[in-house]
Amino acid sequence: MTSSRAAKIDRLASVAARGPELEPGPEGSGSRNATDAGVSLAASAWRRLRRNPVFLVGAVVIGLFVLLALLAPLIAPHDPALRLLDDQVSRARNEIPPPQDGHPLGGDQFGRDLFSRMLLGSQQTLLVAVLATVIGLGGGLVLGTLAGAFGGWVDSLVMRIVDVLLSIPSLLLAVSIGALFADQTQFTVILAVAIVQIPIFARLLRGTMLSVRQSDHVLAAKALGVKRGAIVFRHILPNSLGPVIVQSTLVLAIAVLDAAALSFLGLGAADDAIPEWGQMLGNAQDYFDNQPHLAFLPAVCIIVVALGFTLVGESMREALDPRQRR
Amino acid sequence: MLQMRVARSRRTALIGLTAALAVSLTACAESERDSGGGQEGGTLVFGAPGAPSNFDPFYASDGETFRVTRQMFETLVGIKPGTAELEPELATDWESTPDGKVWTFNLKEDVKFHDGTPFNADAVCKNFERMFNQTGAGATAALSYYWIENFGGFADGAKPSLFKGCTAENPTTVKLELTRFTARFPTMLSQDSFSMQSPKALDEYKANDVKAEGSGFVFSEYARQHPTGTGPFKFTSYDEGNGTIELARNDEYSGDKAKLNKLIFRVIEDETARKQALEAGDIDGYDFPSPADWASLEDAGYNVQIRDPFNILYLGITQKNNEALRDLKVRQALAHAIDRQTLVDSVMPENSEVAKEFYPSSVEGYADDVQEYPYDPDKAKQLLREAGHENLTVELWWPTQVTRPYMPNPQSIFGALQEDLEAAGITVKPISKPWAGGYVDQVEVADAQLFLLGWTGDYNSPYNFIGTFFGNAENQFWTSGSPWGQELADSLADADTTVEEGERDAKYQEINRKLMSDYLPAIPLSHSPPAMVVSSDVQGLVPSPLTKEEFASVTVSSGE
Amino acid sequence: MLQLALVVVVLSVLIFGWLRMLPGGPVSALLGDRGTAESRAELTEALGLNDPIFVQYFAFLGRAITGDFGTSTGVSPGKPAMELFLERFPATLELSIAAILLALIFAIPLGYLAARRRGGWLDNAGVVGSMIGISIPIFFLAFLLKYFLSIKLGWLPTGGRQSPDIDATRITGFFVLDGVLTREWDAAWDALRHLLLPAVALASIPFAVIFRITRASVLDVLDEDYVRTARSKGLTRRIIRDRHILRNAMLPVVTTVGLQTGALLSGAVLTETVFSWQGIGQALAIGFERKDFAVLQVVIIAAAMAYVLVNLIVDLSYAVIDPRIRSAQKVS
Repeated sequence: MTSSRAAKIDRLASVAARGPELEPGPEGSGSRNATDAGVSLAASAWRRLRRNPVFLVGAVVIGLFVLLALLAPLIAPHDPALRLLDDQVSRARNEIPPPQDGHPLGGDQFGRDLFSRMLLGSQQTLLVAVLATVIGLGGGLVLGTLAGAFGGWVDSLVMRIVDVLLSIPSLLLAVSIGALFADQTQFTVILAVAIVQIPIFARLLRGTMLSVRQSDHVLAAKALGVKRGAIVFRHILPNSLGPVIVQSTLVLAIAVLDAAALSFLGLGAADDAIPEWGQMLGNAQDYFDNQPHLAFLPAVCIIVVALGFTLVGESMREALDPRQRR
Repeated sequence: MLQMRVARSRRTALIGLTAALAVSLTACAESERDSGGGQEGGTLVFGAPGAPSNFDPFYASDGETFRVTRQMFETLVGIKPGTAELEPELATDWESTPDGKVWTFNLKEDVKFHDGTPFNADAVCKNFERMFNQTGAGATAALSYYWIENFGGFADGAKPSLFKGCTAENPTTVKLELTRFTARFPTMLSQDSFSMQSPKALDEYKANDVKAEGSGFVFSEYARQHPTGTGPFKFTSYDEGNGTIELARNDEYSGDKAKLNKLIFRVIEDETARKQALEAGDIDGYDFPSPADWASLEDAGYNVQIRDPFNILYLGITQKNNEALRDLKVRQALAHAIDRQTLVDSVMPENSEVAKEFYPSSVEGYADDVQEYPYDPDKAKQLLREAGHENLTVELWWPTQVTRPYMPNPQSIFGALQEDLEAAGITVKPISKPWAGGYVDQVEVADAQLFLLGWTGDYNSPYNFIGTFFGNAENQFWTSGSPWGQELADSLADADTTVEEGERDAKYQEINRKLMSDYLPAIPLSHSPPAMVVSSDVQGLVPSPLTKEEFASVTVSSGE
Repeated sequence: MLQLALVVVVLSVLIFGWLRMLPGGPVSALLGDRGTAESRAELTEALGLNDPIFVQYFAFLGRAITGDFGTSTGVSPGKPAMELFLERFPATLELSIAAILLALIFAIPLGYLAARRRGGWLDNAGVVGSMIGISIPIFFLAFLLKYFLSIKLGWLPTGGRQSPDIDATRITGFFVLDGVLTREWDAAWDALRHLLLPAVALASIPFAVIFRITRASVLDVLDEDYVRTARSKGLTRRIIRDRHILRNAMLPVVTTVGLQTGALLSGAVLTETVFSWQGIGQALAIGFERKDFAVLQVVIIAAAMAYVLVNLIVDLSYAVIDPRIRSAQKVS
């Protein structure tokens, strides 16, 4: 028995193998030369994507977000760690600095410039998302390749472990991992979020490789005597890439949300000198009633960014998976 | 006026309290209660931040448990509501032999436990013998914390015990014998752990049947379902699924009967959720509102009751791992570098005070003329230069996943300290750890350098504060490494065993002066008050500096 | 079944070792700022935490066989961990079932309608809404719901499972069901009111996912030959919908419901914290903070078991829904 979660991953994996021949694409030709199958799958997916407004909106959001993250150090008027306005903070009277000259959003609960923190928060948030995804993908790649390459009992063992990990609800796993570390830093948060994704990527990659290897066009290429290296690079990799890119995009959104959830549960990075939106939201929970903007600003940013990644990821999935392409 | 006189008299009580004063005290307490007003009956639902560990106060050491058991149990000597001062409770008066080793308590008459058995001298002795004869898991600090802290060892003799014996002279007179004199006796008996419990119920429900098993403790049936005391409320039920503990009025209560029919404690772990439950009218009040909410709760018409601070937050200094910290000048430089007034103003709750020494001024032996360390970064830099540590680098440890009454927001406190220290040219390496995930362990075994920690007083005694910190030279500050570490410990022991009150007071004052000038093993930062909040319908809840609130005097007007 | 056994064994070893590798532990949680080196050592010894890990593990196994899974030290001190789990599990189950039901009740009809009127306003709104649903941090949504509906408007309770002044009889641990069974209608109604907001918050993700799956699979099915055949046979819309479209479109939906169990448990940790819901999610959050080994062991292993079991049920239910599998089973 495989769990349904695993089944879902496998389904995404099988998309790669199906290739364009299963799909009565807009071009209408189902009989395609086997050698350029991988390229045309991506190409046709891209053609469909370009015309999909959902994808475009998501792409624009992500583009702006990345741009913001890159430019934030230049735009931010103040050092986000400095308690410039701490004389205006009073825990006893429940006061935080209001918007004022040079501080368009006022200060946060420690008197630091909120505007600068919001801007620079994008950087750290992007870092958390990207690093968590890359580590998850890397770990998955190692495990998946290990299983796929060795086969036999190594494959069984690795995949059994992966199945066990998949059977733990993801946040529980992240919380357990987060609690494991002696220090709570941004890196432990990234690691906790990333490790949860490893089994997902491992299963996805192994499934993808297996199904691509056995797919008709690869078998055909083999039969035609195409070199092994050429098969791997021209067929297996390009065809495997799609599902991985889709999953990675979705994981980017999940990472941002999971990092926020960890912070909410008190497992976020302890040191908040360098701002991160999830952490800002998690730490603002005490101020929700009195200073709701402390929570709302990062929350809205997180929702928008997660939405951006989700829109792009889902529309790519649709473009790649003809069964869902409606 | 009367209250002040009573406060002074507490100390004479140690040599022998007169029955007359006791009567006047009781009368005073009664008249105060009556003036509270409000009708009888009704139900009060009070939000508690955590679940009680069990209902046998002897096996507990946490406020969540005591908040509940305090309503069901009484102790021999009590605490006057709203103060930290002693008053008679189950004992009407007491006196000791001149050497302070034999104490005779006269007991209140016609008192009955909730199960109908009489409270008498025999019951008192059975209680003390039960405590003294703990073995196994029951004798570990997790369960018998207050016994070990106050009486030391048990009947097995492995460690010396303060307790020697208990004799029932007649039904209303009981004699307690101690192995030595301590100034903390009998005040220590006011602690909830030494509540008088029904010997019959203790036997019947196998109260001592507690064992450590698989990384946890298994409590007895008594502790879980049958707590039986003499107090104004009786145990009804504990609904764990819903997080509610229900108590009912004890109509047989010997003193002023409770005004409420029912008292319900509702466990709401999350601070924000507690506040919201109050705002929605689901509960009538709750303990420990976040200081950030005090102002808005007041504005919304709730009654925020701020207790008098009876705690201390200090910046601990572990001399072991950073040689520079062994230099008094460096420690003094740290003290000058910290702007404690701004810390108290911006980070600490309303009514907090800057701490001049290691305990609040209401405690015996407080010295007004200790050396003070006003905020002066230049002086700090100069002292560091003199000590040859201009480029001082220190680790500053602070805990996550915790708030304590003395430390409502560790992160803010850490931030303020870090900034102050850096302004004095000190390089700060921040180290944060989860409270139960390494912080207290490592701080305790002197792994830290500078760290945040504090203490809430259990009762009115200097030893309960500075004795706990420095009474044993092997401590978190690593004072054993200093030439004066043992000297300090010895002087504390000497003060505690000084019988004559004035002499003892002088000794404690002297220790406090030396602590702040010659030793400075840590830097006292602040005393900050915990609060509780009730809706405007609730009357008669008197905030206690020891967080020992009694709900018997509370009324709640219904209909709104 | 083999996987279930494997999950339990591997997990119990992993969790057991893992927890004991964590810095701190129940001793620090129990003693806090009141511990001394001496009392710490004494308590560590009393709790048996000084023994080698494998000794501790086999002691744990030995007791577990007799049904003793250790005692809580932090969440509900002194309570047997299994008792605590059994008491709190219905709470989480009640919440999860309510959330899934809410999600199903709204997502399936909406998904169906969206697919039938593809590109219409309902379709677009549904698609956008479902995307937002999975992009909003669930604890933030819970906060918003509580803030506006309970605090500002006062329509619903802010947390807990039952008002304390209601003297309800407990039978199953599902408070709403208990109220119905005992005909204590006020208790049932009260429990339902407490249940609503957390269930809505928790339902956000399953709603989004089920909506999209329903929509996609209805679209798939609409194109299938048998639907076209049915149309050409002149069958009524209703028969086509019930016998052909919905039945076949439900298969992926059932898979998804199974898939969502894990997400529900993750979400429950957050939702229960926001709404002080006394379930296992809250027990986990507190358990980690207070290093309650016994509770964490039982809850994590049991949660994983529940997850695997639900997926097993889902796999079995395929047979009921999918005629192909059903007939395949008959043949074999």
